[in-house]
Amino acid sequence: MFNYCVDPKTIEGLMWLSCYVTTAKHMSFYFSFVVVMGLLSLAAPLAMAFGFAGATASRSSFKIIRSVGKGYLAMIRGIPDIVFFLFIPIALDQAFEYLRHKVLCSDVTEPIRQGNDFVVCAAAKLPLNTAGEWVHDIYGFSLALLAFGFVFGAFAGNVLSGAMAAVPKSQIETGEAYGFSQSQIFRRILIPQMWIYALPGLSNLWMILIKATPLLFLLGIEDIVYWAKELGGIKTGVYEYPHPDWRAWYFGVLMIFYLSLTYLSQSVLDKISARLSQGQATMAGKAG
Amino acid sequence: MSSCFKTLSDYGLRSLGYGERLLPKADITLCEQFVLIGSGMIWNIYFAVLALLLGFFFATVLALGKNSHLSLFSAPCRLFIFIFRGSPLFIQFFFAYDLFVLLPRLGFDIDLGFLVVTVETRWLTKAWLGALIVLFFNTSAYAGEIFYGALRAVPSQDLESADAFGFTGFKKFRRIIYPTMLRLAWPSYTNEAIFMFHATTLVFFTGFPAWQQKGDAIYYASYFADKTFNPFVPYPIVGFYFILLTLLIIGLFGFINRRLNKHLPTNERKRLRFNKYNLIR
Repeated sequence: MFNYCVDPKTIEGLMWLSCYVTTAKHMSFYFSFVVVMGLLSLAAPLAMAFGFAGATASRSSFKIIRSVGKGYLAMIRGIPDIVFFLFIPIALDQAFEYLRHKVLCSDVTEPIRQGNDFVVCAAAKLPLNTAGEWVHDIYGFSLALLAFGFVFGAFAGNVLSGAMAAVPKSQIETGEAYGFSQSQIFRRILIPQMWIYALPGLSNLWMILIKATPLLFLLGIEDIVYWAKELGGIKTGVYEYPHPDWRAWYFGVLMIFYLSLTYLSQSVLDKISARLSQGQATMAGKAG
Repeated sequence: MSSCFKTLSDYGLRSLGYGERLLPKADITLCEQFVLIGSGMIWNIYFAVLALLLGFFFATVLALGKNSHLSLFSAPCRLFIFIFRGSPLFIQFFFAYDLFVLLPRLGFDIDLGFLVVTVETRWLTKAWLGALIVLFFNTSAYAGEIFYGALRAVPSQDLESADAFGFTGFKKFRRIIYPTMLRLAWPSYTNEAIFMFHATTLVFFTGFPAWQQKGDAIYYASYFADKTFNPFVPYPIVGFYFILLTLLIIGLFGFINRRLNKHLPTNERKRLRFNKYNLIR
């Protein structure tokens, strides 16, 4: 980075530190913070979409759709989210490859599952063996993103269906009395009124989502946890910047990062909540 | 079928180090997956039950401390709750493990009167103690916040009645405030308990090593998924075990909830519904 960093063994003190924290690997470490923010900004809307679909399905008048929706919302209550984070990316990967194998290599008659192996033809591999490093990265990240969307969609679905149930019955009945159709009631009455009931749950969910982002590490992504372990480990004299075990320091930095992120989020969410409570017939609304 | 009994005796307590030493490598049967993953559940239950039991008392202390008028008591409690609620448990595990590794290796003799136990600091780097401490602190912070919220929600009429009847000090707390606080907090605390059981699955994915392949349910599940390259069997098995466990917790906590609400007229009793709508996490 700096000109005086050519031979780091000859410098010390602050100069050494300034060289140390600007190495290429540290730049990857800093970039992984951007990846976390990217994941947050993509996973939140995706989870809302999944959750909205789940909550709507669980209220459907068709029995099959309703039970699928209810099953989706209920499953996250009983099963730890980590199970889904481990299961979904590999299951999706195998499902995609299986389908591509069936379509692209229909002439291959050998079974795909051979004992402990999962064999698909080269053309069905995802991503293709010839694809560049960045394609693999993007593919891995997308699978992780889908897993986050799926899990947090189920959380959000619970919040939204609870909020939909909290909208006063008389409002719906008034709509019916005025001759609204079911879809009109849904769009014009239920959805606009449910947000205020959903807000506390959704704020909570946002905090949970923030605190779930380091689980990217479990999905094999080179995220902040990966780099903290990598950079913090003991570096012997053969390395350019030898140092003892500094992992506790690196994870301390991650703790501070997350604490400030949740603190900041909390103060913003409190402001939104206060704003939306204004004029509502609740204790918070009257106090303001 | 009889071979499945053999598997049960070989691997039933494998997670504690008893029975067959080598894990199944080839021709893995469904029975082996069920038994070994079930064996791993012992650790999940161990971590969650101990953390919740100890955490329950510490959480009460934290809630009372946070509610204190003296900032000497309230400030450290607030800070503790903020740190453990504001950062991911996953990072807490890594951070704690790396701190414990840096500790000097010391042994302390603790004289119990009839027996002298040598407590060693290197135990902290083992999952059974180190991870338990992290989980204990974590659940204390979350439950402390739940209890604090409930403490603030105790109706003022109850307190005035207590004063009118001459209740003071610890007796007022023990007889009036604490039961009502628990009753109000219980639905949220049930959620926290379920979350704690789910959170125990993180332990062996962090720094804490699974020594001699003695791991928890998800450790064995991911082992099987790696070996058979088929995630569609082991992960649903873990899911199955956890659904059973969750139902068990809801049953147990529902029983306690009914006891806490016993004195109320039937129309005011709250049924315990496990609902992530009102989760505090």
